[in-house]
Amino acid sequence: MNAALELGLLYGIMALGVYLTFRILNFPDLPVAGRSTTGAAVAASLIINGVPAPLATLAGAASGAVAGLVTGVLYTKGRIDGLLAGILTMIALWSINLRIMGKSNLPLLREDTLMTPLRDAGLLGGAWSILIFAGAALVIKFAIDWFLSTDLGLSIQATGNNEQMIRSLGVNTHRTTILTLAISNGLVALCGALIAQYQGFADVSMGIGLILVGLASVIVGQAVFGRRNIFLASLAVIGGAVIYRLVIFFALGAGLNPNDMKLISALLVVAALLLPRWGFLKRIPSLRQMRSAAAVTAN
Amino acid sequence: MLLIENITKTFFPGTVNERVALNDVSLQLNTGDFVTVIGSNGAGKSTLLNMISGKLPIDSGDLAIDGSSVKRMPDYARAAYVGRVFQDPMAGTAPDLSIEQNLALALRRGQRRGLSWGVTHTRRAFFRDELLSLELGLENRLKARVGLLSGGQRQALSLLMASFTQPRILLLDEHTAALDPQRAELVTTLTESIVEKHHLTTLMVTHNMGQALRLGNRLIMMHEGRIILDVDAERKATMSVPDLLAEFAKIKGASLDDRALLG
Repeated sequence: MNAALELGLLYGIMALGVYLTFRILNFPDLPVAGRSTTGAAVAASLIINGVPAPLATLAGAASGAVAGLVTGVLYTKGRIDGLLAGILTMIALWSINLRIMGKSNLPLLREDTLMTPLRDAGLLGGAWSILIFAGAALVIKFAIDWFLSTDLGLSIQATGNNEQMIRSLGVNTHRTTILTLAISNGLVALCGALIAQYQGFADVSMGIGLILVGLASVIVGQAVFGRRNIFLASLAVIGGAVIYRLVIFFALGAGLNPNDMKLISALLVVAALLLPRWGFLKRIPSLRQMRSAAAVTAN
Repeated sequence: MLLIENITKTFFPGTVNERVALNDVSLQLNTGDFVTVIGSNGAGKSTLLNMISGKLPIDSGDLAIDGSSVKRMPDYARAAYVGRVFQDPMAGTAPDLSIEQNLALALRRGQRRGLSWGVTHTRRAFFRDELLSLELGLENRLKARVGLLSGGQRQALSLLMASFTQPRILLLDEHTAALDPQRAELVTTLTESIVEKHHLTTLMVTHNMGQALRLGNRLIMMHEGRIILDVDAERKATMSVPDLLAEFAKIKGASLDDRALLG
């Protein structure tokens, strides 16, 4: 249970990144969560090569930001459909991740990671580590809240909300789109780097199951907690990530095995997408767009 | 101020759908001019505005604001000089953002947007004053989502956002056409007072001939991509809608005759 909470809070960082892409920018980059593998790959390789863990983690986040930048340039300058641009980046990254890692799995158990001090102090799996992870997720949440209410952040919100209007007020929406994708992908990769250190390995396929996790966290969180303003919406996203992990935890406790997890993830997302149709969650208008985006990838 | 020289714009060139939207149009606006533009559908009125705002590129000709050519400037850069209100009341505001956030976005027109707070106390006080002039009670709803406002309220807000930073040129693209008569009248009155207050150089496209005669100090009529009539303030003051219609029929008839002769 504690481990589920810890993981949920770590994944909350990724969910915040997904939130920026999907909700704020209204950009259908479904595979965004896959960028976490790149963050994990870069951070793990650097740590194994003796780079201090904090620096390696930052480098992991930066690698995600570059991936976001590429997606953004493909979309804006290349005029490639947003969903396709995201998938192209994802496919290319699969090979690049393998190049970075050299093999498909990098163990980190004997390395000095960000989690080592927590583990040595016996804090992992306890209330303190949950507090520390919650603190980390909240710091990022508040940073995003602040950023979105600055002049620049408002122009980013408007880019996702009414592009024609914000261009007529003098904002280069290509630039805001690329910047937001870079930040969002950077957060996702940061999450990947942290998860790799938390679970003690980086695996080239770790991002596959995650494609849904970010989306599910955003949808579930906002369905449960609402999204009246940025402050609540970003909090709901972290809450969604924690709920998601708890669902997985209880599913495992009920006798399902880890191989069933992808099925449970898919069912959870289906439930979160269908429930609004049945009335009580109708207050989420952009779910419809997400559903159509999801339908496109399913094909 | 605004100098338009021999602008031509053709849509779908080289195809069966080829359509000349603007045919060698020249126009000069002096500082403080308030020009109303009328003309039938497809006359090129909206295209003219899209050329000035930079939304569409110009095929040939030149466009200068304050003496320097802005022909190659992208729309978002030109926005520093050009404020615009669209026909669709939904187009000029961001529905999920609050009134004050929308105004904060408009306040930074043409300026760098950095990491300072979008809505500060000073700005909020300024917004409240500006909203007061609309007399719609919006000054008490600064934190309300703009999506909750009516079409008329949103259009009034758009008008404020397009004008309160005093851009060099204000473009109004049939901005009252989508409103019911009462709201349209309100927005028309607001337009008059705002343009007067800031002495804005304004180009207003309208379908409403009465409105075109009532507002502004100059009237131009467009037809098939050309400016076919240019009425100055003196003559405009004495004109009525039937006069305008008669003028239109006369010129249109003449141009048809020309074509018949040439054919």
